[in-house]
Amino acid sequence: MIVSNHHWRRFKNVFMQSLTFVCALLVVLPLVMVFYHLLREGFSSLNWNFFTQLPKAVGEKGGGMANAIVGTFILLIQAALLGVPVGVLGGIYLSEYGGTKLNWWIRFAADILNGVPSITWGIVVYALMVIPMHGSSALAGGVVLGMMMIPLVMRTTEEVLQLVPAGYREAAYALGIAKWKTIVKIVLRTAMKGIVTGVLLALARVAGETAPLLFTALGNLGWTHHLTEPIAAIPLQIFNYAISPYDDWHRQAWAGAFVLLMLVLAVNVGVRFLTRDRLAKPNSRTL
Amino acid sequence: MNEAGTTLKPASRQFGDRVFRWLTLAMALAIFVLVALIGSELALGARLSMHQFGWHFLVSNDWDPVNDFYGALPFIFGTLVSSAIALVIAVPISIATAVYLTELAPQWLRQPLVIFIELLAAVPSVILGLWGIFVMVPWLHIHLFPWLRTTLGFLPFFQGTDYGPCMLAAGIIVAIMIIPIITSVAREILRSVPGLQREAAYALGATRWEVTRIAVLSYAKKGLFGAVILGLGRALGETMAVTMVIGNAPQIVASLFKPGYTLASVIANEFNEATGQLYPSALFELGLVLLGVTVVVNIFAQLLLKTFAGPAVKPQH
Repeated sequence: MIVSNHHWRRFKNVFMQSLTFVCALLVVLPLVMVFYHLLREGFSSLNWNFFTQLPKAVGEKGGGMANAIVGTFILLIQAALLGVPVGVLGGIYLSEYGGTKLNWWIRFAADILNGVPSITWGIVVYALMVIPMHGSSALAGGVVLGMMMIPLVMRTTEEVLQLVPAGYREAAYALGIAKWKTIVKIVLRTAMKGIVTGVLLALARVAGETAPLLFTALGNLGWTHHLTEPIAAIPLQIFNYAISPYDDWHRQAWAGAFVLLMLVLAVNVGVRFLTRDRLAKPNSRTL
Repeated sequence: MNEAGTTLKPASRQFGDRVFRWLTLAMALAIFVLVALIGSELALGARLSMHQFGWHFLVSNDWDPVNDFYGALPFIFGTLVSSAIALVIAVPISIATAVYLTELAPQWLRQPLVIFIELLAAVPSVILGLWGIFVMVPWLHIHLFPWLRTTLGFLPFFQGTDYGPCMLAAGIIVAIMIIPIITSVAREILRSVPGLQREAAYALGATRWEVTRIAVLSYAKKGLFGAVILGLGRALGETMAVTMVIGNAPQIVASLFKPGYTLASVIANEFNEATGQLYPSALFELGLVLLGVTVVVNIFAQLLLKTFAGPAVKPQH
């Protein structure tokens, strides 16, 4: 009885270990499959025209996504202009100042905001900017992505600032340096890599967002000459091409997806090299 | 932080400190401005529809833009069902993977796997949707669905024909999207379980799995539950990938092989074409419902995670 119980326990031990291993493989499988198909379908559809030409009309072969690539970068620049200052300064407040109670509520609200579905942000900015401005615009697209960046950047900035040893601050105070100067010249400088990492990861995250851009940036088949006009973006273009019935557009969608994924993964992998020391590592799960 | 010696500071320094403090405070308070904006803009947009339909909106089955009559039930149904499917698939897989990563995997394998899972979390929704339409759905249509029909066909969920895009496909793609989140939060939770807990169980002669089950999993139950609820919050709001594989038909049927529609995807599809007064307002109200549900779920998850481990586990998103 005791012996068979022992065997049963040993068996269960091995069985459960193998089962969890199989589950880990199952988690990795989709990423491998997505990579494989993007390489097969996407990379083969890529050519020089993809980067330099505008989309062609239905039925015409070729064309590219030059405007969407540029559009995505324009949107990201606007998003950074809004999200980075607000997020970083807010993060400084959370880490360096403030009563714990207020900070608890700010953190809590930021965490809740991070869970707000991206489509919701889209209709909020639609009501806020698109209706008053009588039309979709690049500006509205930039604002919605910037708003989404704020809570992300704020939390990662706070996290990396708290990794800066208290001794650094105390040493500066002992020298009679003002608190704000201590923060700007010592704390921020020490944590700079971490903050940059957090900002880059937040940018990579919003670069792939489609839902909030559907009604704000809208998309554009040509160039955008002014920020009050609709603008193209890679994710929007992928979506529009993917749900279209044309094979040539499907190929373009794969190529766009390949470029977008490379962009996002390059940032994600790149920051790993930036952040090999402890002071520069925000909680990557935040994003 | 350090208020000592304030009286000795020259006036200009005090001024600089004050300005910087107020500046950063203003930026931190922007969070509350965003919260207020989201709530008020959605409520304002939904006012007309709320006035017209009242609570009936939430239980009405009709979504009829032609006759200007709107009910949210098919979308609430679709959102709940697709998220439920996603959880059924994702929860066991994610928790098992987190257990494997913290308790059982050989050391050299842990870091690469963690990086892989983080990269999966970074894949944009629209790319998974593209892969879903052209690779996953055809595969499901040819291989998995017929098999389910023959083996589990006695259940109403797996009856009838399918055309590819359907509720089950949406559930599976959402599962793929929330697995990395649940896994990494669960991993963090398991890592915060004190080593002493495990050693005590080993000392009693437990096998590795028994240690995991008795000392680790039951200890971390509440935190793991928080991780799952956080995943649910994500699943409810998932938009692009779902829109691309769910088939987009507002209907309430038992079969998971039939197309469905979710709150997020109907907004994504119809908002730009919504004309008149009531139609956009009804879509705003759907957004308000979606916001309400996800916020409640997220608050619940955050509270669970915050009370589980205190400072050891950093707040999750």
